[in-house]
Amino acid sequence: MKILVPVKRVIDAYVKIRVKLDETGVETQNVKMSMNPFCEIAVEEAIRLKEAGKADEVVAVSAGPDACQETLRTALAIGADKAIHIQTDADLQPLAIAKLLKGVAESENPDLIILGKQAIDGDNNQTGQMLSALLGWPQGTFISSLDIEDDSIVITREIDGGLQTLRLNRPAVLTTDLRLNEPRYPSLPNMMKAKKKPIDTTTPETLGVDVSPRFETLKVSEPPAREAGVKVDSVDALIDKLKNEAKVI
Amino acid sequence: MPIFNAPTDDIKFVLHEILKCETLSALPGYEDASADLIDQIIDEGSKLCQEELFPLNQSGDEEGCHFDNGTVTTPKGFQQAYDLFTEGGWVGLSCDPEYGGMGLPQLVNFVMQEIISAANMSFGMYPGLSQGAYDAIHLHGSDEQKALYLPKIIEGKWSGTMNLTEPHCGTDLGLIRTKADPAPDEDGAYLITGSKIYISAGEHDLTENIVHLVLARLPDAPEGVKGISLFVVPKFLPKEDNGDWTIGERNGVSCGSIEKKMGIKASATCVMNYENAKGWLVGAPHKGLRAMFTMMNAARLGVGMQGLGMGEIAYQNAVAFAKDRLQMRALDGTKYPDKPADPIIVHPDVRKMLMTGKAFTEGARALSYWVGMQLDISEKHPDPAKREEAEELVALLTPIIKAYQTDMGSDVANMAVQVHGGHGFIWEYGVEQYVRDARIAQIYEGTNGIQALDLVGRKMSKKYGRLLRRFFHPLAAYIEKTQSDEALQEFVFPLAKAFAKLQQATVMIATKGLKDPNEAGAASTDYLRMFALVAMGYMWLQMAEKAQENLAGDAGEKTEFYETKLQTARFFFQKMLPETDARFKTILAGADSVMSLKAEAF
Repeated sequence: MKILVPVKRVIDAYVKIRVKLDETGVETQNVKMSMNPFCEIAVEEAIRLKEAGKADEVVAVSAGPDACQETLRTALAIGADKAIHIQTDADLQPLAIAKLLKGVAESENPDLIILGKQAIDGDNNQTGQMLSALLGWPQGTFISSLDIEDDSIVITREIDGGLQTLRLNRPAVLTTDLRLNEPRYPSLPNMMKAKKKPIDTTTPETLGVDVSPRFETLKVSEPPAREAGVKVDSVDALIDKLKNEAKVI
Repeated sequence: MPIFNAPTDDIKFVLHEILKCETLSALPGYEDASADLIDQIIDEGSKLCQEELFPLNQSGDEEGCHFDNGTVTTPKGFQQAYDLFTEGGWVGLSCDPEYGGMGLPQLVNFVMQEIISAANMSFGMYPGLSQGAYDAIHLHGSDEQKALYLPKIIEGKWSGTMNLTEPHCGTDLGLIRTKADPAPDEDGAYLITGSKIYISAGEHDLTENIVHLVLARLPDAPEGVKGISLFVVPKFLPKEDNGDWTIGERNGVSCGSIEKKMGIKASATCVMNYENAKGWLVGAPHKGLRAMFTMMNAARLGVGMQGLGMGEIAYQNAVAFAKDRLQMRALDGTKYPDKPADPIIVHPDVRKMLMTGKAFTEGARALSYWVGMQLDISEKHPDPAKREEAEELVALLTPIIKAYQTDMGSDVANMAVQVHGGHGFIWEYGVEQYVRDARIAQIYEGTNGIQALDLVGRKMSKKYGRLLRRFFHPLAAYIEKTQSDEALQEFVFPLAKAFAKLQQATVMIATKGLKDPNEAGAASTDYLRMFALVAMGYMWLQMAEKAQENLAGDAGEKTEFYETKLQTARFFFQKMLPETDARFKTILAGADSVMSLKAEAF
């Protein structure tokens, strides 16, 4: 079984995000970048399947500028066998990424694609779902457990009401939730081995994908500062405020 | 709650732009050490330190180690963190691949030592001591000893210790009493009996076995330092099991107690009692001190990195507090009218402390990494002349790195407390721990006073001053080269002046010290500080030159980074380097006022 794992390079989860002064986006200059934590979980899961003898090959893929190769090296250091870099400096939105991944999936023919459920920069939570639709494959999103059976897979999804268990046919697209596993730290020997593993490069043009943005960012601004709370003296006053001020009931 | 972020941008600036560390990959054995691999290792290592070691720093300080009837338990979480650390292969970062190490440059190890010490100095002691034991056996052990112990140490399954100090002898090891008698039942084995104190990692629960390296006297040993031999004494006797080594019966070594101490409380400092413990000679009889000193030099540089790490973590927390704490208005008028008061970073005195921390850590990082790189050249360069040159430079700068960086690490930790005001005195804010932890680094592996004596007494005169020339000549050439550059003059001139005074002081100490050793002794710590400041100036000039070069082109998104470097360089040359003048005057004044008072008059 072959697993494709898309990984995204994002601002490190520990960096305090600052909005650019001109409000066109967030500050990325001199900011530490890392692999999206949900993608780390996806890579970890794929490697665990390989270690358990249930998968033969894990291929990591990332779309973006040259620096994405660092993120791919991390995936290789965790244990992926090879990596594919889709080189582009374009501002990639979920649909474009899904189309690029579809192109890679068509040439790589994986049995499973495991993605993070969302990336912590855009928090879109769309790419996996779009990819599944474009490929016409079943999707299992927000998974917190995964079992491989002969020709199907059984997953547990975290949904609003609790946990949902589903059986999916292969090939399938899965997206990871936080509780699926705890990613390992890449070991030194694996980092050194990763250096010798191949990273293939391709481009949106080669894959025949138009990545131009479908929507335009008008403005990015800081959330309004939280104002101090007030104490109300009765339940009625609270209900009144909820109704007329907050307008939530 | 304290914070820690490994300063990877500054680290990479020094590694790539100042030192061009990728040139190390041209040395035989370092072919794999490419820039991107080094960066990745530093990034992943930083992550491990930030996420696993740093959260245990304060809790480890609070809990400390536990002693119960010979057994030592490390604080909560240490075992798990140690397992992650060893499973990741970090113990063997720069160790010999023949025994399972990664064979990466010492330079990378220097970087990791800084980050580990900043995140959790106590934790770093355990793998740090293993490194010392590894070095001793790797350099002086027999092939059998290497094959037996090194893979276990690199794997982290067994840890190591260095046993030098006894209750009556610390600095003066010639007084050692621990004895080694030939074992009646085994050829080549000895029975070690005696007591050792201040043994870091002497007993703990992190590994299945502990490999003690012990200094002791053979029955026919000459008096003093010429009669000391080095022995390897494992806690459990190794037992062969299907070609692998496992642990057999318990050896006659036990932990008598652990010390209650000022800092690094999560590091077990043990009294070790040897009662007919079986040991084996490492290296030649009576040559133990020399063997121990080859690893002491590495250990001294390691302690220098602890000083830098302490400075870094203290500085980071001082900055965070100074930006956050609102108190009074800026002297020259309100800076943040929308806030009830200005953050204290607006105040000149607070800034002076923060700038001192910044200029120290960044300068010392360049200085010590440079020495780390010279260490690699001294070990791997194919040209013996290059190896010798690098080795001499490392020998010269080792006491300077150890003493200056630990003194300053301690100073910066104290400044961090000062910036915090009353909060700094409270345990919860985390910075008073750095003062306590940093303090030991000025003392162990040879007190900083001993480092200064090493510099003036041994390194200065060695090979008729050739070690000094290894530093003076390139510095003179660099000043010569840069002095015509107008943009650099604000840096070059003060450095050239300080350098001239350093040379004058050198001649003076050499001449006066020959007649009266007290003259050299009284001048030694001032001289070491002068030397360190000039060496820091050498680094800051290089960093300023690089920053200007980058700013002259299009530095793009790194413009602010380089501008900050230049401003910090300016602070160093204007506010820190002038200390050389005062030190020079002190040296000039000679030993008389230090030595004339009768002991009874104190």
